[in-house]
Amino acid sequence: MKAMTLNVVLAGVGGQGTLLAADIMALVGLAQGLDVKKSEVHGMAQRGGSVISHVRWGARVHSPLIAPGEVDLLIAFERLEALRYAGLLRPDGVLLVNDYRIVPVTVTSGDGRYPDAEEEEAALSDAGVRRYLIPAMRIAQEVGQARVNNVVMLGAASALGDVPVSIWRDVISERVPERFVALNERAFAAGREWMERERH
Amino acid sequence: MRRLLSGNQALARGAWKAGVRVAAGYPGTPSTEILETLAPMPGVYAEWSPNEKVAFDVAVGAAYAGARSMVVMKHVGLNVAADSLFYAAITGLEAGMVVVVADDPGMHSSQGEQDTRRYAKFARVPCLEPTDSQEAKDLVGAAFELSEQFDTPVLLRMTTRISHAYSVVEVDAERQGPPACEPGTYRIDPAKYVMVPANARQRNPIMEERIRRLAAFAETSALNRVEMGDRRLGIVANGIAYQYAREVFPAASFLRLGMSYPLPAQRIADFARQVERLIVVEELDPFIEEEIRLLGIPCEGKSIFPLEGELSPETVRESAIAAGLLPAASRPARVTPELTALPARPPILCPGCPHRGVFSIARKLKLVVNGDIGCYTLGFLPPLGAVHSCGCMGASVGVAHGVRKAGIAQRNMAVIGDSTFFHSGIPALLNTVYNRSATITVILDNRTTAMTGHQQHPGTGLTLQQQPTHATAIEPLVRALGIAHVAIIDPYDTAVVESTLKAFMALDEPSVIIAQRPCALLPEARRAYRPLRIDASKCIACGACRRVACPAIRLSDEVYAKNNRQKSAIDPLLCTGCEICAQVCPVNAILFRAQLDGEQGGAA
Repeated sequence: MKAMTLNVVLAGVGGQGTLLAADIMALVGLAQGLDVKKSEVHGMAQRGGSVISHVRWGARVHSPLIAPGEVDLLIAFERLEALRYAGLLRPDGVLLVNDYRIVPVTVTSGDGRYPDAEEEEAALSDAGVRRYLIPAMRIAQEVGQARVNNVVMLGAASALGDVPVSIWRDVISERVPERFVALNERAFAAGREWMERERH
Repeated sequence: MRRLLSGNQALARGAWKAGVRVAAGYPGTPSTEILETLAPMPGVYAEWSPNEKVAFDVAVGAAYAGARSMVVMKHVGLNVAADSLFYAAITGLEAGMVVVVADDPGMHSSQGEQDTRRYAKFARVPCLEPTDSQEAKDLVGAAFELSEQFDTPVLLRMTTRISHAYSVVEVDAERQGPPACEPGTYRIDPAKYVMVPANARQRNPIMEERIRRLAAFAETSALNRVEMGDRRLGIVANGIAYQYAREVFPAASFLRLGMSYPLPAQRIADFARQVERLIVVEELDPFIEEEIRLLGIPCEGKSIFPLEGELSPETVRESAIAAGLLPAASRPARVTPELTALPARPPILCPGCPHRGVFSIARKLKLVVNGDIGCYTLGFLPPLGAVHSCGCMGASVGVAHGVRKAGIAQRNMAVIGDSTFFHSGIPALLNTVYNRSATITVILDNRTTAMTGHQQHPGTGLTLQQQPTHATAIEPLVRALGIAHVAIIDPYDTAVVESTLKAFMALDEPSVIIAQRPCALLPEARRAYRPLRIDASKCIACGACRRVACPAIRLSDEVYAKNNRQKSAIDPLLCTGCEICAQVCPVNAILFRAQLDGEQGGAA
């Protein structure tokens, strides 16, 4: 039963659409008839700070929080946040990173340094993390709007699993406002296509 | 129908199903979404009251009048409403009343951790605790029945991970016709409801007897449940801690307590007899553990698990490994990227936040700032560093007055938000008049309750149920209290902020500055966004703009040759065009809206 549970963490910066993506991820679990739990934090923790959401699917899920070392998939909408939470992954877990940087005010005001690509690469490859660096922001702009980079990331994630695309599409079209359905569907398809090409 | 609902959403649906007629509360994370979910449902009256004490009395009144009622707040809200909890516990009610209190273990969005179960024992009222959203929905109904059966308010304790975690809930559209809830004549019963000493002395033994009867009820109630497994380890658990314990000890035996006060003594003794080792897994205080020890039953709890902070599957597992309850091999392998310390990303005042104007000047004038609860508490963070105390809702003005009475070398002032001012700032401001202190009170009036997600309040002109209402104006109110020196200013205009503060600093009478500007996240503010731009040829990389701590100001790739430092740049996706940075720039490198408009005009 344990093996059947899928543990996903979604991480980003307040305002990036992390919670909407987590919502869609959880509803895809529900649409498969599975037990689902999702956890997130509101209030002061959300004001431009780092935002994290846990999503779990399975036959029976108890805890809404995932223990470090039990995360199968980490979807990070920002590169620094990917590093911050990469340690939650299990050794053969997968990390999807949006190739996008949001420099925190701590760095701008001279109180810390944003890691460069080499440091990032070294840290992750030494730990053996399987990482996909996804140009989701660029893809989102190509399909129409930068804001849907979160759904591009979900499209990429969907190509790693065997959930029928129709389930993803149904959930997305139910969850996003009607006038944005087509845009989000394009974003999802483009993300999925990117991942399929990458893994080919 | 199966739906994925947060604990808060599920609780609201459960309350509606149980026929709640009147609900009141004050916003507070993690409880806010309960009333927001309930408010649009048919046949319900729901309100944001000015504070939790008022909300509590509203719910009591409704229950005295025979309607099922509910009051909702965060844990520290119950401190404000505690007086009311105690009289309601003595008088009892005519219809069911549920007191929903959401604790915040780990202090995600609170000034302290508090275990509300202590209030249950203190006030002699029962306390129920769900372990997921489905139970949050079901337990409200059980709480109303218990309330009516035993003539007592019932506490329903939520915690952050129940309130804000989503799980699968069976949803139905049926609403119960609540028993004994027909609106009718107010039943006159002074001996029960007029708590003068002579009557209270008669009611007190009834209350004490009631909690004994509730303990007897707990022995057979389905709210508590035994799940026998491996008898070598018996776990007593409640709330979210039960879920973590189930995850970490899948084979153990469980006594799951849906009712954490009063406890079923006999059931616990029976369970203890059947297992070799008895442990209690609970978040925050050793409440159940102490109760079990008082029964004379040996058990372990906080000697194994942390007393402070939020539990998680990880903390429960690590504690169990340390105590020898689990082998070290049960710890999952994990990747460990070797990283130098990553820069933190703390919450911060948003781009365009009107509070920034007040705090950047307060810092410049070296004012000691006695702060309050709201987004503006974030003004304490460097580089602003302009809030120097923050304790609880409404404390700022009283503290600032006390500081003045003690006398200090620096000048100080109080800052308080509009919603917080209505909550509990008014009596404290009255005190600065009555007891004559030269306290400067800055009311940061952003026309909303921002931190909890933009709830209405007595100054906004709309109710929780979106009904138009009188919008109480702050200026005439503070003048009526006796404040003679009142200024209404725009916090985006830092020159005016500075001149007004300087003028009021010279007074030896109380004064109020109303800094009026809508929260930058409100739709009316969003419509006026206009990103600014830096003229890089003028920027001298002095860093003055970065000290206003706006997320929209970035380091540029361009370096200023004379000091070899990076120039500033503005992120057009984040900038709202509030112009606070433009006003602090010593070389006018940041273009104001009018300058940008001029440029555009020239180009066209």
